[in-house]
Order: sequence, then structure tokens, then C-alpha cells
Amino acid sequence: MTYLAKPKLLRYEQPKNALGYTRRDYEGAISTLCAGCGHDSISAAVVQAAFDLDIEPHKVAKLSGIGCSSKTPDYFLGASHGFNTTHGRMPSVLTGAAMANRDLLYLGVSGDGDSASIGIGQFAHAMRRGVNMAYLVENNGVYGLTKGQFSATTDKGSKNKRGVVNNDSPIDLAALALQLGATYVARSFSGDKEQLVPLIKGAMRHRGPAIIDVISPCVTFNNHPGSTKSYDYVREHNDAVNRLDFVLPRDKITTSYAPGTARRVVQHDGSVLMLRKLGTDYDPTDRVGAMNYLQERSAMGEIVTGLIYVNPESGDLHTALNTVEKRDQVEHHLRILDRLAACRPSAARRRGGCRRIGRAAAHDAGDQRAARCPAGRRIRPVPA
Amino acid sequence: MGRLAPLRSRQGHERADLDSGKTFGRYLDVDGDGIPWRTIPGTHPTKGAFFSRGTTRNAYAKYSEAGTDYVYNMERLRRKFETAKKLVPAPVLRKAAQPTRFGAIYYGSTSHAMSEAAALLKDKGVHVDLLRVRAFPFADEVTQFIDEHDVVFVVEQNESGQLRMLLLTEGDCDPKKLVKVLHYDGTPITAGFISGRIASAVDENKVSPIRKVAS
Repeated sequence: MTYLAKPKLLRYEQPKNALGYTRRDYEGAISTLCAGCGHDSISAAVVQAAFDLDIEPHKVAKLSGIGCSSKTPDYFLGASHGFNTTHGRMPSVLTGAAMANRDLLYLGVSGDGDSASIGIGQFAHAMRRGVNMAYLVENNGVYGLTKGQFSATTDKGSKNKRGVVNNDSPIDLAALALQLGATYVARSFSGDKEQLVPLIKGAMRHRGPAIIDVISPCVTFNNHPGSTKSYDYVREHNDAVNRLDFVLPRDKITTSYAPGTARRVVQHDGSVLMLRKLGTDYDPTDRVGAMNYLQERSAMGEIVTGLIYVNPESGDLHTALNTVEKRDQVEHHLRILDRLAACRPSAARRRGGCRRIGRAAAHDAGDQRAARCPAGRRIRPVPA
Repeated sequence: MGRLAPLRSRQGHERADLDSGKTFGRYLDVDGDGIPWRTIPGTHPTKGAFFSRGTTRNAYAKYSEAGTDYVYNMERLRRKFETAKKLVPAPVLRKAAQPTRFGAIYYGSTSHAMSEAAALLKDKGVHVDLLRVRAFPFADEVTQFIDEHDVVFVVEQNESGQLRMLLLTEGDCDPKKLVKVLHYDGTPITAGFISGRIASAVDENKVSPIRKVAS
């Protein structure tokens, strides 16, 4: 039904954010997923988070792989740039885009098949390299597009729709991301928007690899008794370690927290993560503790949700590679490349233009040391 | 062609173009070269954003399963390849000292051995025109070269004759015309090997006059 356009009628006086956008401005095309699909709830959560954070839609790049999950970027942020890559290759394409243009907010959307099977290598290296991105895994434990085969995140002992039991061990993407060096690791449930929206906000404002493993039941192929990814099962076994309140740097914390009931984590941009404790005295900044906790609860059949780990002092790939940050610096270097590209070695040698262009480029660079043009000829410095 | 403004001012140009109402479609062939224009992400707040995806979309990068859109995409890609032929490095032609009906096509690391082999063959009185291909898709000169010769030796260093297969599919030429000269024993190809193979093939191509026996 993709040919159906969304109705243009707007509810009178829809709330607007600081940029003057309504929530509708952050929506996309009409979803073609099954009615009740958890993925649509995640799309709605992304819309809500982007609206609340006053994100300019054209400053967002949303990239995905293949699968039901990877279709969803079409259903939110319609005014953003998108790239539906090949199966499991989203992290690589996103890494390249992020290296070329650091001014955008990178949203990686993937599924359990796309990230835990086909693209597990890509997933692993994006995490360990520290690509600055918010990585959303819409995890339903089955291959929905191909009619419900087990995926790599299906729990051992979980049954498919026909009653067949899965014998393979599951991959826990949150645990794997922790091990690989992700600096913001969360798990949530598509049926719990109150938990999911602040987690997405925190991930969007985090510097470095932020991953949210969102359990998102497949209503058609994995929502039956015996499945460990059904709405009922996840609700019954949800072990939330905390509740996150996300506060922008410009906003005041209005909620009052009783002493000892919340933990305050300030991210690099000044945004505050207020983590309300739920029962256990869980420390989300203790990486080893988080890994142990995940394993313990997993052995008990529980699904740990909430902000599992955050490193507020994290860096990213740009920090590691010491890339140029300011646009004018980038443009300055591009200008030099423009001139050097215009210097065709053979023609330039004949005209003696090699030196001329090379000198101009060296002059532009403000570099009085001798440089070399593409033909390998030494360029004499130009007096300033 | 999807010509872009100089890098430093590209973003400014784009924004001005989009504001002036110029039509933008991520897969729209504006000037007939098959290469659509692009925008730099983050340039304009309301125009110029696009969603790259596979073939199930129209010229404006919107999801579409319409047959006409698919045909448009495929035909644009064909035009794009035609444009690419003119942009990639052109083949290098070296004519033999004398007009000849023999030609040789080769590429890459075969080049030096081929030059030496041509000299050895010349000493034996076998003249061969040479064409070194440097890029794919093949420029029209490659097909023209094959058409102009009766026999073309395709010299390459693999067992299956990969360049020859590309020439057959792309050039739509007679397979009998393209003679394989393949070297694949793990060592670099030599001038002796090439000249030997070509010389023996030329000998086979020679037509012996039919003797008339007087009765």
C-alpha cells in the first residue's frame, strides 16, 4: 500500500518544537509492516525522540540493511537522508558516510538477522572502532520477510510457530557490544515506549557507538506461546535495571528524586542522564559489572532492559583518527585538492604549469615548505 | 553529465539551485548522460533529501514497484555505462609497421612482454597491431579494433580467458575471431611464450594454395 500518501490534513494546533516543526514533520511514509508489528512502535519512538530533541531532519542520515527492520527508516524522518544498503552492510556504509561528513546525526537501523548473522562482522567492527552513531537493533528473533525462520538471537529452547525447538545458542547483541567496546549500551522493549524514547534520546546525544537492542515482537511469526520474543514473554521476564530521564543541557531538572534513588550521568555535550534506580543497586558505568549482570540474569531466563552501560567520557572514531573538525578547514583542503586535480601531469609538464599550480596550492595551504605536485615534481615555495 | 560545482562552493550552489525551484530527483537523468545529480546531505532544510535504495523505486527515490519505473532505471543505467565509456582511460593503440590483418588485445602486467613479443614477431615477418585496454566498460575503439582485423589474439594471464569473455559479451563479436593466448602456470608471462603462440597460430591461419595436378 505504499502508493497511499499520508493525509495532509493536520490536527489544529499541533504542538511544535523549538524549530517550529510538528511531529508530523518527523514522520515518514505509511508503514507496510504487519498491523501490530513492534517495529512500528520503534519508528514512533524515533519520531518522538527526534521531535523532543529539536533535531533538524535534514541533518540526520538514517542507514539500514535488509529485512523488516531495515524497511522502517522509510517510515520515519521522511525529510532526512537515507540509505537502504545491502544485507548486513549498514555499519560499513555508515562508517564511510560518517567519515566524510561528521556534521550529521547517524542513525543505524538494523535487525537481528542483519546484525547478528549476515552483518555480524560489520556490527563488531563498527562497535570496536567507535563509530559515532545510534545503532538500533529491532530484534524480533525471526526472519519475518522469509516467513519466520529462527535467527541468531532466538533463545535456545524457544519454539517457532510450528512448534520446532531452536537448539542453537543465542547471540546477545548488547553483551557483545559491551565486550567490543560500545560506550552506550541499552536494551528495551518496543511495547514500552516510556522506557524506549529516553534511551533513544540518550543514544542520539551520545558521542561514540551507542547501541539499543530493542526486543520487538513479530506479531505474525513469533508471538505465540513457547516463543521467548513474544509480547507476553518479554513483559513477564523484563528485568529493568533503571528508568532513564533524559534532560537536554538547556533544560532544568524539574523532577525531584529522593536521595539515593537516582544516579546522574552527564554526557560530553552537557546532556544529563538521570537514571532512576529500580530495586537493585545497579551501576551503569561499571562495564565489567554490567557484563556479569547480563550473564547472571540471562542464565535465570530474565531479559535485562534499561541503560546497561554508559561511558560519558567516550570518544569516537574521529577523535581516534584526529580528523579535521571545522568546515572551513575541510573546505580549505578541498580547494587545494581542486587545484591539484586540475594539474594533469603530462599536459602540465609541457606547459610548465605544474610548478605554477603547485605553488599556488602550497601558497593556499600557507605552507612555505616545498611540496610536490601529482607528477612528483618538487614545488618551490612562494613568498607570502 | 552529473557535473558538480567546484568542491569548495558546491554546497552553496546546491542550496541556491534548490531554492530556485530546480527539480531534483536522486535517480532522475536530467541531461541524458545517465548520471543523476546528487545533493550533499545537510544542505537544505526542506529540499534535496533522498533515500537511496535498490531498484524498487522511482526517479525521485520513492518506493515504487511500477514496471515503468523499473524500465526507466534500467535504461538510465545503460546510458550511464555509455557515458562511462567516454570517461574511463582510453585504450592505447600501437599500429604495426605494415598493414596487417592480425591484432592483439592485452592489459596490465602483460604489456611489457607484449611489446617485446611484437618486436620478436616483426623479426619473423609477422606484423601485429596492438591494443592495450585500460578500463571497463570498453571504449568504442576496442570494438572497432576487433572489426578491423581478421584475427585478434587476446593475451592474458588466467586460465579461463576472462578478458576474452568480456569482449564477447560486450562487443557482440564473432568468437572464432578472438584467439586465446593464455598463460597461467604461476610465473609471469614472457615475450617468448606470446610470440611462440601467436607465430604458430599465424602459421595455422595461412592458406596453402591448392595444387592443380595436370592430368
